[in-house]
Amino acid sequence: MIEQQYIDLFTQFRKELDAHSVKGMNLHRDSAFETFRQIGFPSSKQEDYKHSNIVRTFDADLGLNLRNIPIPVNPYDAFKCDVPNLSTYLYFLINDRYYDRFQPSEKLPEGVFAGSLQLFSEKYPDKFAAHYAQIADYSDNGVVAYNTMFAQDGFVIYVPKNVALEKPLQLINILRGGVDLSVNRRILIIAEENARVKLLMCDHTVDNVHFVVTQVTEVFADVSAQVDVYELEENSEKVTRLNNFFSEQKDHSNVQTSCITLHNGYTRNNYRFRLLGEHAEAHAGGLAICDKDQHIDNFAFLDHARPNCMSNELFKTVLNDRATGVFCGKILVEKHAQKTMAYQTNRNLLASETAQMFSKPQLEIYADDVKCSHGLTTGQLDEEALFYMRARGIDKEEARLLLMVAFSRDVVDMIRIESLQERLTNLIDKRFRGKLMRCGNCNVCI
Amino acid sequence: MTSILKIKNLHAIVEEKEILKGVNLEVNEGEVHAVMGPNGSGKSTLASVLAGNPKFEVTRGNILFRGKDLLEMEPEDRAREGLFLSFQYPVEIPGVSMVNFMRAAVNEQRKYRGEDPISATDFLKLMRDKRELLGMDSQLVSRSVNEGFSGGEKKKNEIFQMAMLNPQLAILDETDSGLDIDALRVVAAGVNKLQAKENATIVITHYQRLLEYIKPDYVHVLYAGKIVQSGGPDLALELEKRGYDWLINP
Repeated sequence: MIEQQYIDLFTQFRKELDAHSVKGMNLHRDSAFETFRQIGFPSSKQEDYKHSNIVRTFDADLGLNLRNIPIPVNPYDAFKCDVPNLSTYLYFLINDRYYDRFQPSEKLPEGVFAGSLQLFSEKYPDKFAAHYAQIADYSDNGVVAYNTMFAQDGFVIYVPKNVALEKPLQLINILRGGVDLSVNRRILIIAEENARVKLLMCDHTVDNVHFVVTQVTEVFADVSAQVDVYELEENSEKVTRLNNFFSEQKDHSNVQTSCITLHNGYTRNNYRFRLLGEHAEAHAGGLAICDKDQHIDNFAFLDHARPNCMSNELFKTVLNDRATGVFCGKILVEKHAQKTMAYQTNRNLLASETAQMFSKPQLEIYADDVKCSHGLTTGQLDEEALFYMRARGIDKEEARLLLMVAFSRDVVDMIRIESLQERLTNLIDKRFRGKLMRCGNCNVCI
Repeated sequence: MTSILKIKNLHAIVEEKEILKGVNLEVNEGEVHAVMGPNGSGKSTLASVLAGNPKFEVTRGNILFRGKDLLEMEPEDRAREGLFLSFQYPVEIPGVSMVNFMRAAVNEQRKYRGEDPISATDFLKLMRDKRELLGMDSQLVSRSVNEGFSGGEKKKNEIFQMAMLNPQLAILDETDSGLDIDALRVVAAGVNKLQAKENATIVITHYQRLLEYIKPDYVHVLYAGKIVQSGGPDLALELEKRGYDWLINP
């Protein structure tokens, strides 16, 4: 079976794994391994993975950089992100390792920590232990178990009570390798009471090899905290991205996440929000533009455990050529979660006859005083709107482009960094025109 | 008398059904033609066929637009040549801003004529000038195309676009439908302001009311896909008094 090579790898190189990581992370490996042995990778035999046979993506000869052999390049010089000149605190992850030879020019406010997970576990062992792997549940998710087994570093943001970061943080995730690689990233965001933080993560691929990337993000939003996590995926077609986002919120907190997939190979994004306090708000959004043989699968699970909370899922997909898209929006309103407001919208544009979309809402509502809605449409561009524009002299192709960019609008509007919104609109426009610029020194052609 | 439009024996179908059964019409520079008729006579079909709506298929006949074969042209080229259709039911296009939309349209025309694209400042000035000319609210242009507009606002927006594009031939498809008297006056005043001796207008309407404000030179009655009667402005008044019956069942 496909899992065997990874089971053997783990057992064989356990010492190296631990040696190149920290105690706090090593603690969780055994338990994750046990679970992984039992449940393995998700496969299309499971309902939630019906259209994304994850196990197959691991059926490859993948290396693991367990000994942290460094990549001899300064990413800041060699690499310029597509979202330049954004005023942010800038950080880099090369594969799964925090790049510590570069520091953002401006200092973070007092008490804030942003950087290597390893360093954080050494400086703040109690905080680390209280949060790391505490909500990334792997009991039913073999990919999260796998990640917990093999992750050796990652990126963490810790914002103490009452600190509001004015500028967003930007993390550039770079994939580099000379051979096909398994990369396992961990992201940890801890926002204490009344803290405010925004993070933008940009995924980029530099080398033309096959990468299977697992990413596990854990977000802790304490009372009245506000956390925004935006992701921009611009990966090569040889990248498999398996993203698992977990968030737990307390009273009056507000967590927003949105992923714009501009270019990818095979992507599965899992979102799991748990609203454990009252008057909390959660927003999950996504926009994927796929063509050729690309695959996008967004699975969002919103769990309303307490009353008076609000959530919104807005996912949109534009598919061309033979691309496939999948969406499942699961909303759980638990028995005592009265006065819940939960909304879900999924809109999908099929721009070719061979594109396919599989979409399904899944609402489980056990409280009786709630407002829930879901809306799902899959179709083509509005013929009437197209003709109206042509009747004004705008040619067919340009009219289609304008409509496709317009289609993306409201997901972009969810992003609470205005300068980023503008740049994204530009990038989306370029993407539709087939003119997406590859980052400066990237070796992968589109 | 320079010809702007020459329609000869036009037959058109939509979804296999023949709607236009041999329409003949000639419009010259400086003229205003009203096309009236009962519901289902083919008035909107005529407008759609002239604009090049792909839902409609021309099965016989030809149309010359300033001597050029109109039916050979894509809808966007017809617009660039100077044909403007004011839609009966303008569609809403959320997410496409009026500004971007109009600028794209204006620049397409300029490109077609071999001109450079309009500068940002000139464009904004053009928008402002035309708005003022027509007495229109700035609100109209600061949003997405027709998004959240009332019927009257949509029709005003059509005339605003007409002002921006300065067409040779304007086809107003039931511009008065759904409008109250005040909105009607504003729209009609706009149309009148844009008339010049080099261009022409076809006003498609069911009721005579609009023609009180936009005075036609010629009135045609379209019935069952054919023009059954043509005359001067008095014809419209006659129809107002007697309805269509006397023409249809003589």
